[in-house]
Amino acid sequence: MAAAERPVIDPADAFVMEAPALADWLIVAPLVIGFIFAALCLMTRKDTARQPVIAIAGLVLIFLSVAGLFVHVLVNGTVVMAMGRWLPPFGIAFVADTLGAAMALVSGIVGLATGIYALREADNTERRYGFYPFLLMMLSGVICAFLTGDIFNLYVWFEVLLLGSFGLLILGSRRDQLDGATKYAFLNLIATTLFLIAVAYVYGLFGTLNMADIARKAAVMDEVGPRLTIAALFFFAFAMKAAAFPLNFWLPASYHTPRLAVGAIFAGLLTKVGVYALLRILLTIFPADRDDLAVAIAVVAAASMLLGAIGALAQTDMRRVLGYLVISGIGIMLAGLALGSATGLSGTAFYTAHSMVVMTALYLLVGIVGAAAGTFDLHRAGGLYATAPWLAVVALILAFSVSGLPPFSGLWPKIFLVKASIDVGAWWLAAAILVSGFLTTIAIVRLFAFAFWRPANPDMRSLSLAEVPVARLGVPVLAGLCGLTVFAGLYPEPFIQVSDRIAFELMNPAGYIDAVYGPTPAATEGAVQ
Amino acid sequence: MRTLIFRATAPYLTALMLLYSIFVLLRGHNEPGGGFIGGLIAASALAIYGIACGVSPVRRAIRYHPMAISGFGLFLGAIAGVFSLFAGVPYMTGLWVYPTVFGVELKLSTTLIFDIGVYLVVLGAITSIALALEEKERD
Repeated sequence: MAAAERPVIDPADAFVMEAPALADWLIVAPLVIGFIFAALCLMTRKDTARQPVIAIAGLVLIFLSVAGLFVHVLVNGTVVMAMGRWLPPFGIAFVADTLGAAMALVSGIVGLATGIYALREADNTERRYGFYPFLLMMLSGVICAFLTGDIFNLYVWFEVLLLGSFGLLILGSRRDQLDGATKYAFLNLIATTLFLIAVAYVYGLFGTLNMADIARKAAVMDEVGPRLTIAALFFFAFAMKAAAFPLNFWLPASYHTPRLAVGAIFAGLLTKVGVYALLRILLTIFPADRDDLAVAIAVVAAASMLLGAIGALAQTDMRRVLGYLVISGIGIMLAGLALGSATGLSGTAFYTAHSMVVMTALYLLVGIVGAAAGTFDLHRAGGLYATAPWLAVVALILAFSVSGLPPFSGLWPKIFLVKASIDVGAWWLAAAILVSGFLTTIAIVRLFAFAFWRPANPDMRSLSLAEVPVARLGVPVLAGLCGLTVFAGLYPEPFIQVSDRIAFELMNPAGYIDAVYGPTPAATEGAVQ
Repeated sequence: MRTLIFRATAPYLTALMLLYSIFVLLRGHNEPGGGFIGGLIAASALAIYGIACGVSPVRRAIRYHPMAISGFGLFLGAIAGVFSLFAGVPYMTGLWVYPTVFGVELKLSTTLIFDIGVYLVVLGAITSIALALEEKERD
């Protein structure tokens, strides 16, 4: 067919015409690197000696790309790239604002840390059955979930990370792993289905799946009913993903069963994707409905933090103690979402980053402690203070950090959240944050006192760190993560600046919409005034 | 399976289906077909061969482990979008070239590379499952 016979079409109506800046490519770099290196690991599945080298190279590159993206976003503002050149809302857009880029950066750190730790933990069978491809796919799924600007695409990344996590969870095929994986898979699939139903309602109501476009249309919609229904469905689905009370029981049932490196990356990343999705959907897209749901979110937040901490007190398995602490942390993150003020959201953003690093570190620590003590049972472990004094220092730092005690990184976001609660007169939320911090302190110091302080159990032989294979790489990784929490605790200024900026962007979704669609006349007027 | 007719026809059937799967893959850009359905047809071809002649001849015939084929498909799919970087257009933009080979104009594109990637992922994944199931049945 001759091209000349066709009607003249202006490509600018459908296509992005200007070439993307080279630095903008950083937004798809984690996806491309993650998939290419996962594919390489899959192709060299039998070559268990070379596979870790490829995987670590991939994790380092992912880390460098998300670090570059974070700097790029800090300097130049929100980065947008429309896939396949199609203009949004028709093309899928990747949008990195400060929240997305910061979460991606912390995920890159957590992924690299657990990848290095796993070098000594994942054995050859697990490598052959795809430990590294699963890890890389899951990590790129998580990072892309933080970066996508399309709500259906968010669902796709949730599927990618879920499939990766199913694989990691059952590597080893022990009975308790399959038991945990069944609960995990079943409940996560229910949450994903609810998410998908909510997405279908969104498409039915707004005729678009692009987040900025939905936000634009939701803001001028008069009818509250359908919009609030959708927001409530999303809240339910993502609260389940985030393991918030009362939908939290799948987490302590499954996170203690796989390898500790796997538990660490799950605790660091997966529930936080749920928190991220809640922030994005209830603040950027449906801010008016967040106000209506605020009391419900606050109740869920308070219940999660208190029951998580109480649950941690009741456990005797170190890994299960940590599982409940993850839930308690989710409650604290949701508190900022419930408050919705700048201080509260800043606290939530900071606390989320803090929790990702510290929970990962705690799981890795328990991995080393369990290997050195020969058991994860708190009743039987003991005596590690004598054999591994420096590990005890690290453990104490992490214990203080997770409880929010000074001078570590947990302190500042909790101060923000308590202050934000008192500002709006929600004294009971402030009390819940403080009481849960107190209970968390008891739970984690109990772990420390039993595993480290107590004299060694005479019928258990505890090993020195030199005899524990995971400690050789695990201790440097732990030291690095500890360094982060100490640094953020002693010099919080840059972290607070970033989280304040995240809070500002979340409270002013116009910036997000303008980044995707170009500044609207109303927005520029507002900027002039 | 121990039936003479099936064992005699299976190799021809397999060859025919593999050829047809490539035809379906290539016509898929503008007409019904494409990588996914092509990959399914190819995987069923290998499954038929496995049912008729046993799993180990299939494994020998495809040389690489099905999961490795899948991995290569994933690799192609991820690489296909990267060509956009050199053309100065966003990720995953379809790029076309029209070389003339022996007087015939060929339409080649990065979309085709992506589709071949999908073909291989589906072929590898489904074959891997099918062969595993057929092996279990023999035990």
